[in-house]
Formats: sequence, C-alpha cells, structure tokens
Amino acid sequence: MTELQILFTGLLVLLLAATIVAQVMDERHPSPAVDNLVVRINAWWVMVLALALAFFMGRTAMVLLFTVASFNAMREFVTIAATRREDHLAVAAAFFLVLPLQYVMVWMDWYGMFSIFIPVYAFLLMPIVAVLKGETENFLVRVASVQWALMIAVYCVSYVPVFLSLDIPGFEGKNRLLIAFLILIVQLSDVLQYVWGKAFGRHKIAPRLSAGKTVEGFFGGILSATLIGAAMFWITPFTPWQAGLMALGISLMGFLGGLVMSAIKRDRGVKDWGDTIAGHGGFLDRLDSLVFAAPLFFHLTRFFWMGHP
Amino acid sequence: MRRLLAHIMAGAIVIFARTITAVRGVWKGVAPAPVRRVYFANHTSNGDFILLWAAIPPQYRRHTRPVAAADYWLKNKWRAFIGRDVVRGVLIDRNPETRTLDPVTQMAEATDAGASLIIFPEGLRNMTDAPLLPFKTGLYHLATARPELELVPVWIENLNRVMPKGEIIPVPILCTVTFGAPLEYDADKERFLQAAYDAVLALKPDTGDQ
Repeated sequence: MTELQILFTGLLVLLLAATIVAQVMDERHPSPAVDNLVVRINAWWVMVLALALAFFMGRTAMVLLFTVASFNAMREFVTIAATRREDHLAVAAAFFLVLPLQYVMVWMDWYGMFSIFIPVYAFLLMPIVAVLKGETENFLVRVASVQWALMIAVYCVSYVPVFLSLDIPGFEGKNRLLIAFLILIVQLSDVLQYVWGKAFGRHKIAPRLSAGKTVEGFFGGILSATLIGAAMFWITPFTPWQAGLMALGISLMGFLGGLVMSAIKRDRGVKDWGDTIAGHGGFLDRLDSLVFAAPLFFHLTRFFWMGHP
Repeated sequence: MRRLLAHIMAGAIVIFARTITAVRGVWKGVAPAPVRRVYFANHTSNGDFILLWAAIPPQYRRHTRPVAAADYWLKNKWRAFIGRDVVRGVLIDRNPETRTLDPVTQMAEATDAGASLIIFPEGLRNMTDAPLLPFKTGLYHLATARPELELVPVWIENLNRVMPKGEIIPVPILCTVTFGAPLEYDADKERFLQAAYDAVLALKPDTGDQ
C-alpha cells in the first residue's frame, strides 16, 4: 500500500469509530449536543470523501476542489463585509476575474505570477475600480474588506494545491502527502483543542474573541497535534523532529488564524460564516485555521527543503 | 409545449438563483404548509419574488403566485413569458385611471382558485437608505375581503447587494428569506398596516449593515 492509501484507510477507520461511538451515545443519552456531534461527523464524511476524490484523481481535481472552496469562502466573507453598491464592480472583478485567474496560474504552475498576483496586482486594482465611482464614505474600510476577502479566501487558500508544484529532492511524485499532512494536522489540532477543552477546560484563553477556547484545550490540543505530526514523519520528507516542529508551527498558526477570523465575525456581529456545512457553519469556519497555516508551511518547506532559498 | 417550456424555465431560474445566492429559507414563525397564504415582503430588487419563490418548497411553490405590475411584465414578449407563464404572476394595472380590473378583486379571485400570493406592500422598489418604506393599503383590503388567508410577513436579506439597480453582473452574496409568524387581522386600517410593517421589519437580521 502507498502512504496515501494507508492514510485514507486510517481516516476511514477513525471516522467509522467516531460514527459508531456517536450512534451508541445517541441511543443511550440522546441530547442536542449528541445530535450536533452526529451532524458534524456526517459532514466530516462528506469532506473526507471530497478530499479523497481530489487526492486520487490528481492535480486538476485538486485545483478545482480548492477553486470551489475559495468561491464559497469569498462569498461568505463578502456577505458580511461592509461594501456598498458603489463597490459592485470591484466585488464582481474579485469573483469573476481575480479568483479564476489565480487558480489558472496555480494550475499552470506559474510560481512567479501566482505568488504576487493578488498581493500586488489585485491589491492595486481593487481601490482603482472602487475609486472610479467617486464614493468616498468609508472608502478605506470598503476597499480593505474586498482586499481581505481576496487575500484570505483566495490567495491563502490557493496555497494548498500549490504544494503539488514543489520540487523536493528525493520526494518526487509524493507532494500530495504534504497537503495531506497539512490538512490532517490543522484539522486534528482543531478537533483535539475542542476535545481537550471539553474534557479539562476551566480557564478561558480569549474570552472576548471565542467563548469556547480554553487554556487547557490550547496546550492539550497543540501538544497532541505536535506529537501526532512527529509520528507522521514517514509521509513527509522530514525527520521526526522536523515533522514535530512543522506540526507545532501549523497548529499555532491555525489557532491564531481561528482567533483572527473570530474577531472579524464578532466585529460584524455574526456567529458563523454561513451554514453550508451542517454542524460546522460555513466553509470559512472549517478553513479559517488552514488559511493561516498553509502559506507558512509552504514557504518553510520551500525555503528549507527545495535547495534554493 | 409552452407549459413545458415554462416549467423548465422555472426550474432553471430557481437553480440559477440558488447558485448565485445560495438562498436559504428561514421558517422562523411558520412552517411550509398546504394552506393559502399571503406572503408580504420588503422590496429592494426585481429578483425579490424569484428569491422568495425559490425559498418555498417546490410542492407549494407551484401554487404561489407573485402579484406584480402589468406595465413592467407585459412590456415585451420575453418578460410576458416569464411573468405570465413561468411564475404565473397576478398582473395588476398600477394606474387607477386606466385600469379595468380592481387589483384587490384580482388577488382575491386568485386565492379563491387555490393560490397563495406574494405581495410587496411598499408598492415600489425601495431605493432609499431606509430599511422599509410605508405600506400601501392593498394588503389591508385583501385581508378584509378574504379573512381566512394566512398573512405571513417575510424579510428578504441581501438581494439588493447581489444586483444593485443599474448593474448587469450579479455578484454571489449569500441571501436569506425569513418567514415570520402569521399576522392577526385588525379591522382598524392604520393599526393593521402598522402591525404588518412592524412584523416585516422585526425579521430583518441586525447584521450586514450597508
């Protein structure tokens, strides 16, 4: 079996176990909390199956999957953003010009362009399109909202399929495993922080930002995700130590990304980004940690392992 | 043939609306049910009734007809096909001088034939910064003529951002359609209209300010 097959088999076993446990809990002590758990696990099945399809079908499928994810994420972001009708053209350009172009360049493997397209060209284009309408009220906030939507929902998310373009000596043809490692650690870290927090959580770590996050959940979740990362070194080009450190970085960025995104939600007065994924909220509720972890993990890997910093 | 085309077109419109807006019906004060209703909603965009229509489950959607302006929907063949055949609108003449049919009678007769109605009591699209314009009296007269109808307040959120007036490209922004608890009839016209107005406004989510 290849590493990828072992990984997905492991995930299926894990999900199957979770499903059975949740069913048993539902029969013994039915409660809204258990109902929510069942709904969440069912959504995980869908997400894992979608990922499995993209992983085994190859590059184009992977790029398409994250194009769809970006589209949904940006729709959620723009929905709560403070735009006015004068920003219509800028928003339309973000959805129908910038987003597709970014993913076409990712698909073409044009590193020199996709790595600067949004931070440079789209960054400058958005205020230009908006300013032509002549509306100055809240101009900075409005333009920044659209720029943030592109950076968060498109640029950062598009880093995930970009791993397929890395050229790591001795790791040829296995780049998909880096994406698997990243997503596995980010999501496990989220789940483990939640589980540790539920089991031992006493002290809130950021009461103004997120009522659910606790100090105990933070240390328990980050530490166990780091250990799991180290134990998964065999699917990466890293040694166990390096894999552990990478997992630590991924988990920390994921945690901090979750805080930033929840500050934005608080500011705009919403609880979830959407309700497309039953039990989880919107796409951004599931992607928030990945958004912050993916670019860092990519550039660390590129810097240290590709041989030409 | 025309009916089949209209049927396909109706499906296509709903799928299009869903793809762009991911519209979601929030049945807050009432559930979808096989009863005759008057859905009355805020009005900011020509697409409002399509969105409201798409939020209603298909088995009830077929019997739900929007009340709309004849001068707009009969302007050309294409609009007439959409307005009359696809969404089966109850088309009323807005001009009291030229009209031959009384709008309230038209609406009452449509409900007698088993239809539910969608109406926008503001009378025209709200282009102002105010969330809701004062209501016209049609809703009151219809409720007086047919007291058995269930009067359901509805708030349509965000459609004005999907395609503001004068724009041709719709942008994908999430929309919700919130259905409130049915309104009690009140013989006092002013009080009734105020209660109807308040009921619609109360459903507006307090986020997504412009």
